[in-house]
Amino acid sequence: MADAESLIALNGIERTFYLGDSQVHALRNVNLTISRGEYIAVMGPSGSGKSTLLNLIGLLDRPDAGTYQLEGRDVTTLVPDELAKVRSERIGFIFQSFHLVPRLTAAANIELPLTLAGIPAAERTKRVEQALKEYGLTDRAQHRPNELSGGQRQRVAIARATVQRPAVLLADEPTGNLDRVTGEEVVRLLEALNAQGMTLIVVTHDQALGARARRQIIMEDGNVLSDVIRAPDQAT
Amino acid sequence: MKIIDTFRYASDAATGNPLRTSLLILAMSIGVAAVVILTALGDGARRYVVGEFSAIGTNLVIVLPGRSETRGFNPANLITNTPRDLTLNDASALLRLVGVERVSPILVATTEINASGKLREAMLLGTNADYILVRKQKLALGRFLTKGDLGHGAAEVVLGAVIRREIFGTENPLGKTVRVGDRRLRVIGVLSEGGQGMGMTTDELLIVPVATAQAMLNTNTLFRIMVEARSREQIGEVKARVLKMLTQRHEGEEDVTVITQDAVLKTFDKILNVLTLGVAGIAAISLAVAGILVMNVMLVSVAQRTAEIGLLKALGATSASVRQLFMVEAVLLSLTGAVVGVGLGYLGAAILRSFYPTFPAYPPLWAVLAGLGTALFSGLVFGVMPARRAAQLDPIQALSKR
Repeated sequence: MADAESLIALNGIERTFYLGDSQVHALRNVNLTISRGEYIAVMGPSGSGKSTLLNLIGLLDRPDAGTYQLEGRDVTTLVPDELAKVRSERIGFIFQSFHLVPRLTAAANIELPLTLAGIPAAERTKRVEQALKEYGLTDRAQHRPNELSGGQRQRVAIARATVQRPAVLLADEPTGNLDRVTGEEVVRLLEALNAQGMTLIVVTHDQALGARARRQIIMEDGNVLSDVIRAPDQAT
Repeated sequence: MKIIDTFRYASDAATGNPLRTSLLILAMSIGVAAVVILTALGDGARRYVVGEFSAIGTNLVIVLPGRSETRGFNPANLITNTPRDLTLNDASALLRLVGVERVSPILVATTEINASGKLREAMLLGTNADYILVRKQKLALGRFLTKGDLGHGAAEVVLGAVIRREIFGTENPLGKTVRVGDRRLRVIGVLSEGGQGMGMTTDELLIVPVATAQAMLNTNTLFRIMVEARSREQIGEVKARVLKMLTQRHEGEEDVTVITQDAVLKTFDKILNVLTLGVAGIAAISLAVAGILVMNVMLVSVAQRTAEIGLLKALGATSASVRQLFMVEAVLLSLTGAVVGVGLGYLGAAILRSFYPTFPAYPPLWAVLAGLGTALFSGLVFGVMPARRAAQLDPIQALSKR
């Protein structure tokens, strides 16, 4: 049993895909405990299972074996509609290609998770306004994604991911489609959120980005190869 | 997700692709407009025919000599089945029946009218004073035939409007003498223009007392007897009594045919209603085609918006909300098309009416409702499959696309 402090507890997680006749072991007996407020980078070569791990933590995928406890609750047994509710309230996703809805304005994109959760319109407007202000997007609120720069798009995506105040923020290559300077801005933004106490898990190929995290998990062939927590004094 | 938000999201999605949406609405509206216009035509035809037939009078029972029934040849027919003629005495007898308001004997022949040095062919109609009431016609000038004994014919004539114009022009014809066949008759009245009935205009008629007509034609038979029942409810009883009375008068032989205006009207009504339904059915095929188009467009839309669907799921949308979003979009598209189609249909019917003012091409309400209903229904039915496909999308694969 995971202790009360742990946010995520993975125990003996297995995930196997079938591609034609061949089996692909995306995750093999993964055990992982993540506490609140951690800043984790998951690294590894393509096909090492890091994206599968992220999807699994994000409840988009289910393990074939093992248990997953989120905030002390076993979520492996939940039905799809319950999973959708947990995703809506506890998990925020950030994607490499932003995944903004092209026909909706920045404000409407940020509002989307609140709309899906059935929150009344008056409260939605208030929370979207606040999110726009926090992320410096107020003057871009009525712009559509194709009228925004890459950095602004990712800021909209981050605002959307955090507007429901989730427990954990999952970022899959958040800087992959951005140039160095805007990538740096986005990472600082994510780190600032982490500093406020939000658990942050970043999947990346980028060694420099990975090196900034306090805890680095390196994966290979579906196994956790190393799981290093940096000493606090090394952190900047 | 709240219903209003579902509708807003779905309509945003529909307007996000204006070309696709407008083409789909066009297809659906053509289907609905076809139903509306074709039923307007069918129903217009029904009203036209019924209107024409109603114009001959109300609550009429019409007696024709002879059985309108085909029988095989039988030697006995030679002796027993020679129909007796209808006579003026038959007509007088019918007037005494319970429930009969008026009786008009009718005799028809072609003849010539000769006056002011002009000669013209015309239709001769021998009848009585009640004819103008039975047929609900109006006089432009003078008076109608004198009331009195059916067997006693005065030498007087009422002219149709066209005859009057062609013979007398603008001159007043009242009191003038005209020659009809071999008789000299005094003009006592002129019918007003535009009288219709049974495909025959009254504008070219010469109406004379029935006894005068019989004398001119040297006959004592009648072409028809028109009987007007006191009320609509009594039509059936009057028909039975007329048949019984004439059978008695004709020595127990049922050798007349009695039809009621009501029955004929009902038959026309029925035939033309079936015709309208058939036409509507044909038009409904185009609605089904439009429905399949809705499905096709929605399937393409699901394929195009795979990433968006994956995103919605990652953001916490349940499968049910995703399904609803696409269903609502399909229904909105079909319904908009249907409403536009009804508008187009009414416009088309109005254009038809402006070209043919006598033809009452009004779309019947049931057809409009059925058109709207079918469009909505096809939107629902053909929206189910794409919506299910969207709801069942695997979010991981959906998101990795792009």
